[in-house]
Amino acid sequence: MAREGLVLEGIARRFGRKWALRGTSVRAEAGTAIALMGHNGSGKTTLLRIVATTLRPTRGSGTVLGHDLLNEAAAIREHVGVLYHAAGVYGDLTARENLEFSRKMWGGRAVVGVDAALDRVGLSYAAGERAAGFSSGMTRRLALARVVMRPPTILLLDEPYASFDADGIELVNELVRETADGGGIVLIATHDPERSNGVVDRVITLHEGRVVPEGVAAGPKLVAEAVR
Amino acid sequence: MSFRSETNRVAAVAWKDLTTERRSKANFNAVLFLAALMLLMFGFALGPDAASLRLAAAGIVWLTIMFSGNLAFHRSYQVELEGGALETLLLYPGARSSIFLGKLIANLVFVLLVLMALIPIAIVLYDIPVGPSIPLLFLVIFLGTFGFVTLGTFYASMASRSRAREVLLPLLLFPMLIPVLLASVEATGALLQGDPMGEAGRWIRLLVSFDVIFLGASILAFGAVIEE
Repeated sequence: MAREGLVLEGIARRFGRKWALRGTSVRAEAGTAIALMGHNGSGKTTLLRIVATTLRPTRGSGTVLGHDLLNEAAAIREHVGVLYHAAGVYGDLTARENLEFSRKMWGGRAVVGVDAALDRVGLSYAAGERAAGFSSGMTRRLALARVVMRPPTILLLDEPYASFDADGIELVNELVRETADGGGIVLIATHDPERSNGVVDRVITLHEGRVVPEGVAAGPKLVAEAVR
Repeated sequence: MSFRSETNRVAAVAWKDLTTERRSKANFNAVLFLAALMLLMFGFALGPDAASLRLAAAGIVWLTIMFSGNLAFHRSYQVELEGGALETLLLYPGARSSIFLGKLIANLVFVLLVLMALIPIAIVLYDIPVGPSIPLLFLVIFLGTFGFVTLGTFYASMASRSRAREVLLPLLLFPMLIPVLLASVEATGALLQGDPMGEAGRWIRLLVSFDVIFLGASILAFGAVIEE
């Protein structure tokens, strides 16, 4: 099937009375890495969660790799890999057990083995240790090992450089390039554009739930006028 | 995903929940202690008359199971909410009902283990006569617990997204438990008295019907309630 990339049309999402997204439209070709920029509360994480299908938009529509965002969520999840700010690992399980659990939940369809994934993220030495004793950097490396085990077509990264040392940042950027070069799409929500320099193809800026038109200079007042 | 893959996913979720509980032990000890305390306090409230205690035993034991078991369901989803694991869990491909069934099995094993420790205490405290109907009593205990755990696991998933989940869960769960409670207490009471009217069978059939209905409805609705 041809890769149709990512198409989001007028996506809006409300939490109670507050609109996190107010009609966001994004298009991305296969093989693209995009940095999502914006202040806290601008809607970056909400947008990632909607693309991941763990959050349904209040309004709007879209397709991911040709699958309808609202009606074919299960098909989209087959292609999605995430690294969120919260690592999503179980503290009472060891690093190896966490990855074994993921492998079973994928129906055994992991491309890279548990030990190889731990080796790649530099956690082989802690494979038998419970994740509850890990530092935040180690916990995020463990979450990254999940991505390594089953390379996704849609890679969604939320503040991926937080808690990582230079090696960790390099590892994140390697995965970004591998995904994009393999014909996938990467969305990186970050406050830290310098660290994603050289790996992203485009930058999309969000302001109060709307995409800032390209060419608008940063600065709250100018941005607010541009998106109004 | 194939039936075999989904079965493996169910087993993986159950294993993960039980391993987490086995290692932390926090929940088991708390539930067992609370249940034993409740049995003791109900005993004090009824007074020292052995006949009154025996007569009320079936109702008290079932109420104790349901009130104390309520704590187990909180923990079942608390593990997922800590560190953002629920989001990751929902991203795995395959049927969401596999997650529900895995949690149901883990909670069932947990509550049955608590019961194994609790029932001897109840037999001694309430001078419960255990005679030839023991196999049928075990069947009633299993069926009643299954219905209770099915509803508890389902409503805990619904309450898990709410900030007031500790308050919300009993408010949602207990009214729905009335049919299971009624059938379990009546069947247990009849069997403890030697079933002179031959009515235990009817209550057991009713209990089976409730279990089947609650299980079917929970499997169908779980996917919708677990999403945000």
